[in-house]
Amino acid sequence: MDFALDTFRWLTDPTNHSGPNGIPVRLWEHVQVSFLALFLATLLALPIGLLIGHTGRGEFFAVSVANIGRALPSFGILGIVFPLTLGVLPGFGYYPTLIALFLLAIPPILTNAYVGVQNVDRETVEAARGMGMSGRQVLAKLEVPLAAPLIVAGLRTSAVAVVATATLGAVAAGPGLGRFIIDGFVTRNLAKAAGGAVLVAVLAILTELAFGLLERSLTPRTSSQGRRRTPRAGGIATPETA
Amino acid sequence: MISLQHVSKRFGSDGAPAVADLSMEIEEGETVVLVGPSGCGKTTTMKMINRLIEPTSGSIVVNGTDVLRQDPVQLRRGIGYVIQSIGLLPHRTIAENMATVPRLVGWDDARIHKRVEELTAILELDQELLHRYPGELSGGQRQRVGVARALAVDPPVMLMDEPFGAVDPIVRGRLQEQFLDIQERLKKTVVFVTHDIDEAIKIADRIAILNKGGVIEQYAPPEEILRDPANDFVERFVGSERGLKRLALIKVSEIEVEEGPVVGPSASVEEAIRTIEKHDLGWASVVEDGELLGWVDGAVLEGRREVGEATPRRFSAYVTADSSLRQALDSIVTSRTQVAVVVSEGQRYLGILTLERISREIVS
Repeated sequence: MDFALDTFRWLTDPTNHSGPNGIPVRLWEHVQVSFLALFLATLLALPIGLLIGHTGRGEFFAVSVANIGRALPSFGILGIVFPLTLGVLPGFGYYPTLIALFLLAIPPILTNAYVGVQNVDRETVEAARGMGMSGRQVLAKLEVPLAAPLIVAGLRTSAVAVVATATLGAVAAGPGLGRFIIDGFVTRNLAKAAGGAVLVAVLAILTELAFGLLERSLTPRTSSQGRRRTPRAGGIATPETA
Repeated sequence: MISLQHVSKRFGSDGAPAVADLSMEIEEGETVVLVGPSGCGKTTTMKMINRLIEPTSGSIVVNGTDVLRQDPVQLRRGIGYVIQSIGLLPHRTIAENMATVPRLVGWDDARIHKRVEELTAILELDQELLHRYPGELSGGQRQRVGVARALAVDPPVMLMDEPFGAVDPIVRGRLQEQFLDIQERLKKTVVFVTHDIDEAIKIADRIAILNKGGVIEQYAPPEEILRDPANDFVERFVGSERGLKRLALIKVSEIEVEEGPVVGPSASVEEAIRTIEKHDLGWASVVEDGELLGWVDGAVLEGRREVGEATPRRFSAYVTADSSLRQALDSIVTSRTQVAVVVSEGQRYLGILTLERISREIVS
């Protein structure tokens, strides 16, 4: 009970709410690096996933990326990238963290985009082509709207994993809420460590909820009455946790 | 209108061709049905016309233009396309689905709206369905929407790949009737693929019976295929009951009917009895100024002097000039009198058909 109370005190202590090592700064760092990693991963993985699903070519590539991505521990990536970037990129732990998170985010986005597009009824696609839709129109008017729930589910999986895993960055002197956890352990200030953990957990849950709402709003209507149909479960992509 | 010359299609580099050296001509406004067992290349042949499948060799000309020199996307916008699974966009309403091709070719909203209304009327669809989604319609309704969508920009050519294959026989029959009605009015050039020979017989102007490898075994009007199958393959494919199937294709108006026993209301009973005995049917039709009133027999006329004094009995069934000989045959075998009475609109008496007369038609 004392421990929980200590954690609460740490979280509410005004001295922890300002300065370069205050909660707002660390929270912002955490959100910033997570968002950037997710954004860059989306920029790369989404078009490739859509293209693989649309053309049916490169499926082997998609599956390989997904499997390798899931087999690689983020901590291991960090350990490899950290020494490689040291002295090459500025900011000590920032870029290794970003790169590790970027790589972590790719597989769910890639596989969900590919599976989502591929799952669109092939007969419907053929009918659309037969009516004179170009490949791009088939993708834009049919495949992407129908795959949207799965695509967003992939983004959600990646986002939650990235937010949770960004904690690791602190091990390599990187940014984010992980600092509190690491510092807390090192200085035997367990309330601080627990406080940091609570913040990470809350942030991950909020991310999950936000993407859940996005997923619902992007699920296309297929019924003239009642609510939108609930999106299909993520299938291939299962949430990774740090 | 559509001309296929020495068209071949080989999938992959090895193996037998799906279609080998196929040539056929399809006239403007006719419905040609490609029929054959699975693997005969009928769907492949059809899909080469709108280039969903690219021919390996040969030439295909639609409306004077070589399709292989055309942009496939533009080509397809000018050709209606209906498939068995229909493939309506599940996330678009029925009205939006019908508007698919008009939107692709850039019609404005007002024109699209008007066209959707027209199509709804042509296909006899309920206005209320327009704002529903495909998942909320029955199979038959979806199929009609599929046809409406294909007709949207009024293309001269329609390709239909087993369009009525996925619905139950009763709905299929109704869709076929409706197809014939619409085709009568719109006179599209239709290439229709089916594996159902009865469907082919019902809707085709000409049937192409295909064998493995896209070999055309016979290309002729249904009546000719039934009367004179080109070879054993066609005969086996057409199946039993060829005679009955042929009867379904001949209208009563196409053959001469017999006059039959006819008396006027003013005829004397003696005269009527003589007529009845002469034809040996046991009754005579009562016709006044060309209109059929019913029939009389000896019992009805008993104790009267003139036919007009008796109340003629009503016939339980007639056939009309538009009926098929098959329907007439049905009427004959189910009526006690073994005769089908033929009337035109307004109960005008045309004559009678006997079993003998109809069988002469099959044998000839």
